[in-house]
Amino acid sequence: MRHRPDDISRRSVLTGAVAFLVLPCAADSALATPETMVEAMDEVLGKGARIKPGRVKIELPELAENGNSVPLKLSVDSPMTAADHVKALYVFSERNPVSNVARFHLGPRSGAARVQTSIRLAATQRITAIARMSDGSLWSGAADVIVTQAACLDET
Amino acid sequence: MTSRRRQRFAVLAGLALGLAPLLVAGQERAIAPSDLRSGREFVSPETQAQQDDLTVNPGMLWVEQGEKLWREAAGEAGQSCAACHGEPSRLKGVAARYPVYDAKLGRLLNLEGRIQHCRAERQKADPLAYESQPLLALTALVAHQSRGLPMSVAVDGPAQPFFETGRALYHERQGQLDLSCTQCHDESWGKRLRAERISQGHANGFPIYRLEWQTLGSLHRRLRACFQGVRAEPPASGAPELLALELYLAWRAHGLPIETPAVRR
Amino acid sequence: MPATRIVAPAKARKGEVIEIKTLINHPQETGFRRDNVGRAIPRDIITRFTCTYAGEEVFRMDLFTGVAANPFVAFTTIATETGDLVFEWTDQHGTVTREQARIVVT
Repeated sequence: MRHRPDDISRRSVLTGAVAFLVLPCAADSALATPETMVEAMDEVLGKGARIKPGRVKIELPELAENGNSVPLKLSVDSPMTAADHVKALYVFSERNPVSNVARFHLGPRSGAARVQTSIRLAATQRITAIARMSDGSLWSGAADVIVTQAACLDET
Repeated sequence: MTSRRRQRFAVLAGLALGLAPLLVAGQERAIAPSDLRSGREFVSPETQAQQDDLTVNPGMLWVEQGEKLWREAAGEAGQSCAACHGEPSRLKGVAARYPVYDAKLGRLLNLEGRIQHCRAERQKADPLAYESQPLLALTALVAHQSRGLPMSVAVDGPAQPFFETGRALYHERQGQLDLSCTQCHDESWGKRLRAERISQGHANGFPIYRLEWQTLGSLHRRLRACFQGVRAEPPASGAPELLALELYLAWRAHGLPIETPAVRR
Repeated sequence: MPATRIVAPAKARKGEVIEIKTLINHPQETGFRRDNVGRAIPRDIITRFTCTYAGEEVFRMDLFTGVAANPFVAFTTIATETGDLVFEWTDQHGTVTREQARIVVT
């Protein structure tokens, strides 16, 4: 398992504490793993691409109301000029059946690097957002979200 | 209605009538008016924000759709809703007093029932089923006109027997889990059920955008889900039991502002 | 055609950064759900959303199954000139839903 040196203990505590709360909302589809997410990232960003943590602000609730729809806000502090702007924002999941969640393509006409959407979370996980800058550099931000099971059955 | 359901309804109605002298509409409420809390208070700040901001509230897709349907001529009569009612804003205040007893029809009508009736009798158009997109859109449109207004239904006079029936059903234990509405929503609101906090079970934001459904849905759909939640056989949408329960719930929520389209989990 | 909702200013000052919010009524069905008798519900998703401003693409989003139903997308763009904002949602079958909004820039 690939570890990020600064937060091993946080991740193992989180995984252990909420393991019984994980919702397999699609019981028969395999959930992704951090490894399949890395494969997806390699495919999109290039194998062995150098990604620096920072500059990408990712806002997600700490506890999802419902894994079906979780509001996501992404922003990057960038002048968004022709010479210096965010070209794309990529959102990846480490536990959803599909690692790619969304991609946003921006440019100097965007005025700001600020987007919002709502995403699905199949289970408690970390969501990672990568920004590709006009100079080719890659920056990342991440947020952890806890997803719990609904209290009551609803089959309407 | 099946004969078993007819039997059950008769028992409930009898129970209600028998107890009626002891249970007048003005009797004490399980939750004091100052303790009334909308379902909005039991969802996360993000979900509250999604509801409050109409530019992001997904329920507005149906309100807008309702505005379109409002102006479309329908049925043999070739009339639109607008032809009789004018602008949707003319219906401000209507949702706040529903469900109502209709003397001509001799029965209780909720918003869906009123729209269905207009559609069948006035427009002479195809019926609209519960949870169909057009009925959801029109109900959301009409209820949205009363957003912010306090709920205020009449439960006296001809409405009283329906109120008593609804009240009896609300207090009756149901299903394999043998739970009544009051046990969760009057006695246990605010307490946790798994990871969720139990709400007071008010119906002031319907139709709602429910994240679990990933779409807009009616109060009757939500009530049916509650019946399923206690492993009871749910009545059909539009059934007299659910209408009576809807009236009782509206009385319970007296004074709470309408929030349609509300966003809930 | 699925219902859509666009929230965009009708007027803006030249050079102003405006925010546009969009909604489309679409199940964004993942293909991973099963119905009540166990049959897989086929995938049916919007895969692309674009905004074109006076003929030039100013925003594009690629959507996957992990975007929530009734996709909500908010983004910014600079008010450069009076013109039409054209929004297009394309689904996995290539079907396009199109909406537009006019903006007057002074």
